Amino acid sequence: MKHAKLGFFLGKKTIKLISLLVVVCFASFWIVEQSPIDPVRAYIGEMSIQSEQKAKLDEYWGVNTPVQEKFFNWAGKLLKGDFGVSLIYRVPVIDVIKEKFTASLILMACSWLISGVIGFVLGIIAGMKNGTWIDKAIKTYCYILTATPTFWLALLLLMVFSVYLGLFPLGFSVPIGVAAANVTLFDKFQHLILPALTLSLLGVAQIAMFTREKLIKVLLSDYVLFAKARGEKGLDLILRHGVRNVALPAITLQFLGFSELFGGAALVEQVFSYPGIGQATVAAGLRSDVPLLLGIVIFSAIFVFFGNLIADLIYEFIDPRLKQKEAML
Amino acid sequence: MSSAIAMGNKSLFQGLNLRQKTILIISFTSILLFAIVIISLFLAGNALPTNFESKNLAPSLEHPFGTDWMGRDMFVRTLEGLGLSIIIGAFASLISTVLTLILGLFSSLGKTADSFVSWLVDLFLSVPHLLLIILISIGMGGGTKGVIIGVALTHWPSLTRVVRAEIKQLKTQEYLHISKNLGNSKWWIATKHILPHLSPQILLGTILMFPHAILHEASVTFLGFGLSPHEPAIGIILSEAMGYLSAGYWWLAFFPGLSLLIVVLAFDMIGENFGKLMNPKMAHE
Repeated sequence: MKHAKLGFFLGKKTIKLISLLVVVCFASFWIVEQSPIDPVRAYIGEMSIQSEQKAKLDEYWGVNTPVQEKFFNWAGKLLKGDFGVSLIYRVPVIDVIKEKFTASLILMACSWLISGVIGFVLGIIAGMKNGTWIDKAIKTYCYILTATPTFWLALLLLMVFSVYLGLFPLGFSVPIGVAAANVTLFDKFQHLILPALTLSLLGVAQIAMFTREKLIKVLLSDYVLFAKARGEKGLDLILRHGVRNVALPAITLQFLGFSELFGGAALVEQVFSYPGIGQATVAAGLRSDVPLLLGIVIFSAIFVFFGNLIADLIYEFIDPRLKQKEAML
Repeated sequence: MSSAIAMGNKSLFQGLNLRQKTILIISFTSILLFAIVIISLFLAGNALPTNFESKNLAPSLEHPFGTDWMGRDMFVRTLEGLGLSIIIGAFASLISTVLTLILGLFSSLGKTADSFVSWLVDLFLSVPHLLLIILISIGMGGGTKGVIIGVALTHWPSLTRVVRAEIKQLKTQEYLHISKNLGNSKWWIATKHILPHLSPQILLGTILMFPHAILHEASVTFLGFGLSPHEPAIGIILSEAMGYLSAGYWWLAFFPGLSLLIVVLAFDMIGENFGKLMNPKMAHE
């Protein structure tokens, strides 16, 4: 029974993903096609060439082919797994995305975990001490954080820790002038700390506020009143009745935040010159690398989709209360 | 009582009730934001004098935010940038609100229309927001126009979602059924019955959209899209400042970013207090 339901659910989601990707491909291709960017110019860069050669290149890149044909050429190759060649990195797009996405995934995973845990704990503390100065301090902290520009916080941390204290290197994910083989795990770790710290600090706000509100609601419920009447109190009460009830929605919310995480990573990577997918996006956008940009759009859509999928899975299959609610509706 | 008056403004503030306090906070922050916009409009006309004798000065009484590498006063530049950000934010929120209104009312017309709107919302939320803005701004040919259109076209989905849910709930109300049975058209019901109910939601949503729009505009500009380097946008000021960090000119990045933060906070505060005013159940919190 349960397996059948899960199978049906996943089947439905697969169809949804495919239809979403088709539309995203189509729409993003159309948007980029509207742009007055000349792909040949983007490829040759600042080099000056004669108009005949330009015409030849135009011919080669198919600049003058009709839009529909261009789209079907691109989409047809896409179906075979060929995303084209990146104009700025001069290697297949898929290779660029693989390399950059891996680097970013480490960064995003670190900050996602840290911000989730710290945010949850802060939310629990604030909810527990509702109305006291601790609660107010945490609330103010979150309030300010949501208004903080990501890149500004990154700049501040860079200034304090790298320029003044000299604790961390100024950028890049590996030291300059060291052969790739000699880069140690410690080096990589050192270059990861500040970007991850920035993203973590900012990610805390949403989850903490959410947890706080949920916990306050739970603490007002009848079963907590009953537990108190039985003589449970303090941290024990919170852990038994509060945390258990708040944890799942909080985790769900954290999975729904993949889209913002991507945006934050792009900004942070730019400040810390961390060679991840965000930096590749910015480079592709600024230098009109259309194949790479479209590839990144597709992969980021898949990334966000999986975050939502996991949240839905938790919603439908793990949280018993939501199932009950549905039955009642 | 007399001692309360003698203690001055602070106790005067405490003497007000919550509603008056809320209104006071809203008016104060609104005036602050308006002042920034108006001052920046006055400043925009005359180009900032470049004075190489006073370049890279640390903050002082004469230059509260210091000066940059061309000797321009950072305080003036920041004010101009904030004004520009607020204007772009206002424009983007306005467009997004209009889109929300159109799509919301459209979704009330029927089941197909409703699923189309929800599909469109899902589609817009399926790509990371920042990436979507970049994509649209490139499609529009980049530049200031590209960024403004990109920011304006991407902030409606979350508000539309809220509005759509509200409409769904409204449609179960009896008076709507009666109105339908009386022979009123769908459009008539949408504009005469549903729209008035939505207006406070939408107004609040628009105010709360401001900070997002402003932060996104600053972010995209910081990344190097859109606004040309001559414009005094906050994003450009900060990306310029990035080059001077290792030289120790901390004020170039610190004050402009802090001012942006304060502006965003001010909008959040207006939105929050406005919400309190409109929702009496929440007013005591």
